[in-house]
Amino acid sequence: MTIRVAHLYPEYLNIYADRGNIAVLTSRARWRGIELEVAPVGLGDELRPGAHDLLYIGGGQDREQSLISPDLAARGEAIREAVGGGAVVLAVCGGYQLLGRFYRGRDGEELPGAGLFPLETVAGERRMIGDCLLECELEPGVRQTLAGFENHAGVTKLDSGAEPLGRVVAGFGNDGESGFEGVRVRNAIGTYLHGPLLPRNAWLADWILERALEHRTGEPHELDPLADDLEASAHTVASARARSRGGRY
Amino acid sequence: MPLSVGIAGARMAAGLSRLVGAGGGTTVPGKVLTSIDPDVLDRLAARLPLGSALISATNGKTTTAAMAAQVLAPRVRLAHNSSGANLLSGVTSSLLSAKGAELGLFEVDEAALGEVAARVRPRAVCLGNLFRDQLDRYGELEHVAERWRLVVRGLAPEAVLVVNGDDPQVGDLARERAGSVVFGLDDPRHAVPELLHAADSKWCLRCGHPYEYSAVYVGHLGAYRCPACGHARPDLDIVARQIELRGLDGVDFSLEAQGERRAVRLAVPGLYNVYNALGAASLALALGSALDDVVSGLERFGAAFGRFERIAVGDRRVLVLLVKNPAGANEAVRTLVAGGAPPIAVLALNDEIADGRDVSWIWDVDWEPLLAGLERVVVTGARAAEMALRCKYGGFPTDAIEVVPDLGAALDCGLELSPPGGELVVLPTYTAMLALRRIVADRGFVRPYWERAA
Repeated sequence: MTIRVAHLYPEYLNIYADRGNIAVLTSRARWRGIELEVAPVGLGDELRPGAHDLLYIGGGQDREQSLISPDLAARGEAIREAVGGGAVVLAVCGGYQLLGRFYRGRDGEELPGAGLFPLETVAGERRMIGDCLLECELEPGVRQTLAGFENHAGVTKLDSGAEPLGRVVAGFGNDGESGFEGVRVRNAIGTYLHGPLLPRNAWLADWILERALEHRTGEPHELDPLADDLEASAHTVASARARSRGGRY
Repeated sequence: MPLSVGIAGARMAAGLSRLVGAGGGTTVPGKVLTSIDPDVLDRLAARLPLGSALISATNGKTTTAAMAAQVLAPRVRLAHNSSGANLLSGVTSSLLSAKGAELGLFEVDEAALGEVAARVRPRAVCLGNLFRDQLDRYGELEHVAERWRLVVRGLAPEAVLVVNGDDPQVGDLARERAGSVVFGLDDPRHAVPELLHAADSKWCLRCGHPYEYSAVYVGHLGAYRCPACGHARPDLDIVARQIELRGLDGVDFSLEAQGERRAVRLAVPGLYNVYNALGAASLALALGSALDDVVSGLERFGAAFGRFERIAVGDRRVLVLLVKNPAGANEAVRTLVAGGAPPIAVLALNDEIADGRDVSWIWDVDWEPLLAGLERVVVTGARAAEMALRCKYGGFPTDAIEVVPDLGAALDCGLELSPPGGELVVLPTYTAMLALRRIVADRGFVRPYWERAA
């Protein structure tokens, strides 16, 4: 079994150790006998809806983001179609912002987004930096926590009725005031949390793999559990950091 | 209040800080005096008869400054912040404690360069490199580069600017001032095949097109040219050629400057130390040193503390290499692997402000070549579990990973795993390095850093 992954603009968007997320997905799939086939998608490369089970897009510095933003915006329809067909998306930080409608910088310059996520982002006065802890309920009745690190000047506002990825337990989140962090549209997830996100939040890595397998096969999948002692211990430390150091409401 | 009264009070604070065991007193007196008199640094610096020289870079500023100190110290009395206290307070403190100093030689934090330069009014500034580092603290690379450009524009007319031409962002600053000195490497035999994962500054400063490199030496440092607009490495004034790596023992190269050529044998290894030596040599020459004094100073240089420092602990040796960002850690790994690293390593990851709160950088480091040669890894520090995960997802077997968050216990564990007469590699982040040195010092194996001023 193979999960087909499109990694968008890895040459440009890789600032917060995004390859750590890919490494975690690859290993955790392999340990269950599943291959992850990761195809880099650069400027101008083809991205066909349905050809990939998972789209990954990371974060970059302002300069890199402005270099890829027109190319990404032009793929908006293809990405929305892919997600409509059940493909999984994990978008982190800059990639998260640029899958919204637009990102407006401090100088007023507006980068167009892909319009997948019902949100828009405007650069604010302060940077929101620190450990962050969320409570999520991706499956009804199953509450889990996500521990990560956020570092963004962008203030992201979700459209009313849009579903956040989680509620902020400690930290700033999307805008430092709503108590929401990230966004979810079907199997597409956007978040400011890096660190990278997946090593210390193994449950989310497995959720992504299960949904990607479902997209691949058309049937629900439940992965066998792994020995995650180190992951749990890193999660505990990072959660404690967020509780003691994260931004406050 | 007269400056002398404030100085007496601040020196007393330094003594108190050491007495209560709060540290080396390397920043406390500066903080005390600055709170009494905010312009104190300006006045202290103005008293130096030979003025000041500043060194900044993401990586290598402590080593470059220590190398320059070796060159300069025989002929000039220095005020030098050799302990690495490189903010305004640290520079002020080192000026306070250096009685009768003639020349100030200061490494300066990248983000503090503007304020220190405005107060010290340096006669020479050496800028080494800009890599992504502690994004939670410094912000993005471009912003640091822009602040440096403003610093360069604000320098006194007679000041000399020394830059590493192999770094696109830094080398371009030479175009701001006539008479700038540009250094760089020229030995394509040591080029790496391609830019590593964590490479920064890949895109042309002027037009955004990817640079073409005829040689990449360290990170994004090398001989670059933009095929679209022609922006390229400036001509080199001071060059290292014929580089011969001597494993973990050192590196030889030919130093070419002022139309002359000298063979240099460094006692510290790695291409990145050739860059540090070039920066130190260029700065010392700009300050008027003779080329032969430069060579003998570089060859006398041992290691700055925690930077490839070897410490004997009983019948074993500990090799300490500070790691703090992807570019520096990649070079540490490359040098260790090329030089034949021992089979046991301690990786110490803390997340204090000086280390960077955000530990994601460890995932941008290519640890795999080092891990491939290791039998066991001891991970330690406040974020030991995170480091363990990095090893695990780097393909290292989990049953060969020892998670020992306490630094002292981790050191013991590593030493125990190393054979008698063997060597243990310790790769700590900044505060872990300070803590480890304290532990080793408490056991009587090394003097505390504040007693070791060059």
